[in-house]
Amino acid sequence: MCGIAGLIHRGKSSNVGSELQGMLQALKHRGEDSTGYALYGDTDGKHFIMRFKVGENVGEGSSSVMEDVSVYDERKKIVDQTLAELGAKVIKEERTLPYSLRYEIDYDVKDLLNFSQTIESIPGVEILSMGKSLEVIKDLGNAKAVCDRYSLDKLIGTHAIGHARMATESGVDIKSAHPFWGYPFSDVSVVHNGQLTNYWNNRRALENKGMRFMSECDSELIAVYIAQKMREGASLEEGMKDSLTGLDGVFTYFVATKDSLGMAKDTMAAKPLVLYESDDLVAMGSEEIAIRSVLPQEIDTYDPFDGEVKVWRI
Amino acid sequence: MANLKNVTKKTKAQEMGMHTEVLTGRTQQKFFNPDEAENFYYFGTYDVDFNKRTDLDVKDMTAPEANKEIDNLMSQGYGTIVIKNPQGKHSLGVGILNKLNLIFEGSLGYFGMGSCDGPIVRINGRVGWSCAENLMAGKVVIEKNAGSCFGAAIRGGDLICKGSVGARTGIDMKGGTIIIGGDAGAFTGFMMQRGRIIILGDVGINLGDSMYDGTIFVGGEIGSYGSDAVDSELTSSDQDWLKRKLKVAEIGENFDVSKMKKIVAGKKLWNYDNLEPTEKKGAI
Repeated sequence: MCGIAGLIHRGKSSNVGSELQGMLQALKHRGEDSTGYALYGDTDGKHFIMRFKVGENVGEGSSSVMEDVSVYDERKKIVDQTLAELGAKVIKEERTLPYSLRYEIDYDVKDLLNFSQTIESIPGVEILSMGKSLEVIKDLGNAKAVCDRYSLDKLIGTHAIGHARMATESGVDIKSAHPFWGYPFSDVSVVHNGQLTNYWNNRRALENKGMRFMSECDSELIAVYIAQKMREGASLEEGMKDSLTGLDGVFTYFVATKDSLGMAKDTMAAKPLVLYESDDLVAMGSEEIAIRSVLPQEIDTYDPFDGEVKVWRI
Repeated sequence: MANLKNVTKKTKAQEMGMHTEVLTGRTQQKFFNPDEAENFYYFGTYDVDFNKRTDLDVKDMTAPEANKEIDNLMSQGYGTIVIKNPQGKHSLGVGILNKLNLIFEGSLGYFGMGSCDGPIVRINGRVGWSCAENLMAGKVVIEKNAGSCFGAAIRGGDLICKGSVGARTGIDMKGGTIIIGGDAGAFTGFMMQRGRIIILGDVGINLGDSMYDGTIFVGGEIGSYGSDAVDSELTSSDQDWLKRKLKVAEIGENFDVSKMKKIVAGKKLWNYDNLEPTEKKGAI
């Protein structure tokens, strides 16, 4: 089933980590195999924030395996060496969990394709997100468990999207969890509720164009699809509108960039979405109770129609 | 099953203007009998007094707790219950088989007022997916917008949304009336079998797709027609009925019903071509 939620504050920052935690926790009955956050925090914008993992947290149906911490240590060392070789200077590093790391790095290249490919060529290493503001955090368990594990409730920022996952198409592990980074674009993330039926056709075509897939989760296709459209020169909104015909299946998805948040709904409107929109806040989720966690007072909400695409800026 | 197309004698329900559809082929037709309904009570229903009113704050209750408390209040004779702080909770007010005046001060989540028979309900907010699914009788009025599958499979009653509704409104409906003050999404009236849908605003793609019977009236633009949905002539009795219904629904009182489009089933789908053996024999 899965649940998605997102919010964007316009003209101000807020405690988006805590707000999104509340929204996703309200949707935990839609799936709590894993939960993921894409948070756009207030930063000085000078350095890249790289969230990456050097191992897996493994649940039911996953083909991945749990490994010894020493393996993670070894991979981290190789990542550090590779970053130095690429000319990227680590300003700050945090190791939240043995397999999950957050680096702030000084790196002066806009095209992250070569950078990402080099880092991810290290076996067992996956970049979860790369951006000047974006941080993708995802792990097994419900929203509160993941929030507590990574201390996300203090994060101040402008917007965020998240996902509560009931695994149906692929295993329970971090690599299949949402959000997906819009590789190789800085600060682009995607969450999705639904099923895509032309996943393999699109995947083959996109891989031939040099795009990378880290999982076999159909939702990852949306991030890669939009990223490819943007590489070809489309705006975020154009890429999303194109996806309504390019992607087959049922879906409601959110895309976020450094300064915007968008939603798209398939032409059959088969997946739910409730939306609240005001001058200073847009909040949306698979169910109204997600929005109620941040706006308990009586508000006007609505369901976007079939084939609708909307984008808001901070 | 005989072909009912040639039945000239009107049933009491038809005389009352409750429905005019005449079904043919294999479809069973069971008419509503007002005499039976007058004396019909479900086991376990209560004799309530509409003048006996109380509030119920469900903020800290789960849906089953809230629904049990509504039942408990009805057992004490309360005929008017005001629900405070529903806050988008799912499955509130389901399974009420009783005369009751129920008012929600706020919005409901999924499956609100599902499988009800008899209550008069006003929701001063929005409703999520599948509101009033399987409604059998009564009236449900939503002051704001509604989600998808609004009035799915309803058998009777009036279901009114003053705002806009999502996709698949009236899917599989088998009777009753759905009235929408705003716009409606894709696949409105999908596979509907009887009853009527009125939409004052625009409607999305595939309107009335695969409908078996029933009627859809649209005041605005139609995205596209679904399979086997066709235009029909809007008669003067249709217009009278529309005016009457809109007045009851408290919306569109000054709406020009004469410009509405009427959509019915073309009856070209397989089930209408498939005659019963005796009919087939006669045809040969």
